[in-house]
Amino acid sequence: MTRSGSAEAQFIRAVPRRGASVPLTLDGQAIMATEGESVLAALLSQRGFLRRLEFGGEPRAGFCLMGACQDCWVWTETGGRLRACTTPVAAGMALSTATPALRP
Amino acid sequence: MADIVIIGDGPAGMNAAAVVHAHGHRPILITESRQAGGQGYRRPSPGLELDMPSLMGSEAGKYLALHARFEAIRSAIDYRQNTLVWNIENRTLHLLRDGVASTQSFDALILATGAMDRIAPVPGWTLPGVFTLGGAQVALKDQGCFIGRRVAFVGSSPLLALAAQQYRKLGADVVVIADTTPLLDKVAALPSLANSPRTLLRGLAYLGGAWRAGVPVLNGVTALAIEGDDHVIAITLKDSGNRDRRFACDAVALGYGLKPETQLAELAGATLVYDETFRLWLPRTDAYGRAGPGLYLAGDGAAIGGADAAEASGALAAHAALADLGFAEPGATMLGLRRRVGRLRAFQQGLARAFAWPVAQIGALADSVTLCRCENVSVGDVRRAMDQELGPVEINRVKAMTRCGMGRCQGRVCGPSLQEIVAGHAGIAGAAAGRLRVQAPVKPIALAAADAIS
Amino acid sequence: MSRLTVDVAIIGGGLIGAWSAYFLARRDKRVVIIEKGVVGAQSSGTNFGNLRLQGRFPGQYPLSLRSQALWEQLEDLIGDRCEFEQTGHLYLSFDQKEREKIEAYAAVSETYGLTIDHLEPSDLRRRWPWLSERVVAATFSARDATANPRLVTPAVARAAKGLGVTVIEHCRVTEIGSGGGAFTVKTDTGTEIDCGQVINAAGAWALAIAEQFGETAPLFPAGPPQFVTEPYPYFIEPSIQAVDGSVIFRQIPRGNIILAGYPRTAADPVANRAPVPAAKTLSAMQSLAKVVPALANCHVIRVWSGIEGYLPDMVPVIGPSRTTPGLFHAFGFCGHGFQIGPGVGLCLSEMIVDGETATPLEPFSIARFENPVETDEKFRREFDSEPAPDRSAS
Repeated sequence: MTRSGSAEAQFIRAVPRRGASVPLTLDGQAIMATEGESVLAALLSQRGFLRRLEFGGEPRAGFCLMGACQDCWVWTETGGRLRACTTPVAAGMALSTATPALRP
Repeated sequence: MADIVIIGDGPAGMNAAAVVHAHGHRPILITESRQAGGQGYRRPSPGLELDMPSLMGSEAGKYLALHARFEAIRSAIDYRQNTLVWNIENRTLHLLRDGVASTQSFDALILATGAMDRIAPVPGWTLPGVFTLGGAQVALKDQGCFIGRRVAFVGSSPLLALAAQQYRKLGADVVVIADTTPLLDKVAALPSLANSPRTLLRGLAYLGGAWRAGVPVLNGVTALAIEGDDHVIAITLKDSGNRDRRFACDAVALGYGLKPETQLAELAGATLVYDETFRLWLPRTDAYGRAGPGLYLAGDGAAIGGADAAEASGALAAHAALADLGFAEPGATMLGLRRRVGRLRAFQQGLARAFAWPVAQIGALADSVTLCRCENVSVGDVRRAMDQELGPVEINRVKAMTRCGMGRCQGRVCGPSLQEIVAGHAGIAGAAAGRLRVQAPVKPIALAAADAIS
Repeated sequence: MSRLTVDVAIIGGGLIGAWSAYFLARRDKRVVIIEKGVVGAQSSGTNFGNLRLQGRFPGQYPLSLRSQALWEQLEDLIGDRCEFEQTGHLYLSFDQKEREKIEAYAAVSETYGLTIDHLEPSDLRRRWPWLSERVVAATFSARDATANPRLVTPAVARAAKGLGVTVIEHCRVTEIGSGGGAFTVKTDTGTEIDCGQVINAAGAWALAIAEQFGETAPLFPAGPPQFVTEPYPYFIEPSIQAVDGSVIFRQIPRGNIILAGYPRTAADPVANRAPVPAAKTLSAMQSLAKVVPALANCHVIRVWSGIEGYLPDMVPVIGPSRTTPGLFHAFGFCGHGFQIGPGVGLCLSEMIVDGETATPLEPFSIARFENPVETDEKFRREFDSEPAPDRSAS
């Protein structure tokens, strides 16, 4: 069963954050994050999941949030993989929920 | 000059570094993190307007003092953040930082690798919106975010009430605090908890606050299911009166106490021994933290003890290492620390009984429940493999047959539950099920790292 | 103490032992397998899983081809596919000298009827565009295959058990008495087995048994370092090997890429340990990224090794004992026993039941170690330094 993944934000900001705006793209769409945010917090503040399980396609949004469970990774458009909970956002990051084409 | 290397910058590693520095040495402190403090005393990420002392409440003084001590030595030590240690062999650490591999030898190694939440699966636990209890706290402290608008805190842990209190304090809607251990078992564990009445009272105060605020606080529950299709919509429980309860929510924080991160200790040569109280394999150390020649363990990565024990055991391990290297005389400080660590860890034994790992509930999980979230292996996949003719009864063989514990996290998350499923299904003791053996790399490393060796 | 009477006792519950038991049981022999641990846990369960036909020792082709025919019927034979995938094997060369080598391998393969595609860089770019442009030529054999070694041996042993074979795990052979054309196998659990024939399929632990019967072979243990990546989108269908030995890899349809590389590492069969040095992990990763640059961001998640028995001529011992009628050896598979496993089991069953097998097995006789044997070039290439035979392996 392939579940679609929620478009609604999973994370709710509890405490304000100061910092420069950091432009990213997700699936080709421009999104804004704030300096200091993790990739995970930035994405889950805007949507309900990070990636799809390789086996069956169900949406996943991370689990331990401390770099141990390896569940929260996201693709970059160049075929890289970032551990979203421990990676701070950086300007120009191009992220993808779809599997990038690896064959040249 | 000897290389004294400390891995981990939580309270244990920070204090170990302070002690080594105070003796006139420059320790190398290696950590994967970007903010010192470990999980419990983590500093907020830059730019977050979070009033940590207020959030930390009664622990604010310790939090501030630890970070102040560390700030004072920070520039005088060799502090390497954002650095993964992926293997240890022959007194050499194999490191990875920003995709570049390197090595670091050591004369003494103090491992302060901390712990993560121990998790018992429940139907629906892989849905977006279900996070570990520790993760729920990290989201708040590190990122200033709640894991959802309406949060259920479920598991068995004194930290359920603490985290719920922190969430409520900042305005989150806590829909239930549900603990799987019956109230009577908690009462029975009281005598051993009375050794540390301050901690006990603090826990009771959090629960009292939740109760006064109208948050349902349940004991002796069985988690039935987390409902939802592509995100959490509710959790259902059976309460201690055997009634079905349903709580609408969009997030669940799940935690059954902590499990030490022992992978590096094992690679460095520590022996792991099954602990019947915690039902976990824990590294063997002497009372000072020695786990082998030149190898010292401190903090929750050695034995679950909480932040106070971590601070003390970090200092203790550093004193032991300095003494063993001939840089210091063992003295009264060491003896005092040893007694303090012993007392604090004994308290955790009581906590492990008051907040029990739900062995029977895990054994009763339906076949359809996901056990290994990396490799998508169900409880039934494991039981069916074991039921085969010549089926495995040892956990590493079960892993070989089913891929349970073989994925990116290398059994960190599913390991303790897999152990119970195997032991329960084979009708053998927890220890007899064996222990998932660690293999390097302790975390995934990209092929490109091998091309970028510094 | 229990006592058991069978026709054949097989020492070692690895792939060879399990297939031998299976085929003997099909010929109505009463068989027991005695395994010191659990079935399929040593090299049978930890190897790379290659069912490679290209580049084998020439004298082995009749056996290899017969074995491949059995692999191709795996599901019919044992009721389980064990992730068998017949997606071919590709040999890569990076310079003229290597090209000559794979062409020489191909010539041998073709002599035995194997179809080999001889591929130029333009062919490679069309068929596998993600391969490095450093490859100057390659040979491809479509009949080569792979299977999951963790699953195969237990599955074969289960099928054997279904045919009436007795499998005794956690039982170590302590002594084998012989006389009057019969054997008594004694074990550390007290079980004694009376039998007419014994198969010594004890892998890296087989030498001690051979020596009880006055035979020897320069067997020593080693471990093939192996690595596996996270699941990645599936695109590498064939099993691929750089002929320089730097890397051999395959991807399984669920996504993980399994890789291995020479040289092999030291292993300790007494402590039952075969650690993988960090430097070998890095060099295997580097080699793979050179052959498939698109994998640079793919992560290795686990390494492992197992304990295999090696002989200096890189040829296994298969066949009857020279000193003791009724005793058969099958050990020292030098890291390539997986592919020939079913064939070896079938041939041993024929030797025991019919007194002979149509498959030529002379090159594998233990008799060759009665005189000094030449160390094979492969052997020198596949190890860090020439290891001495390990006599502590008991």
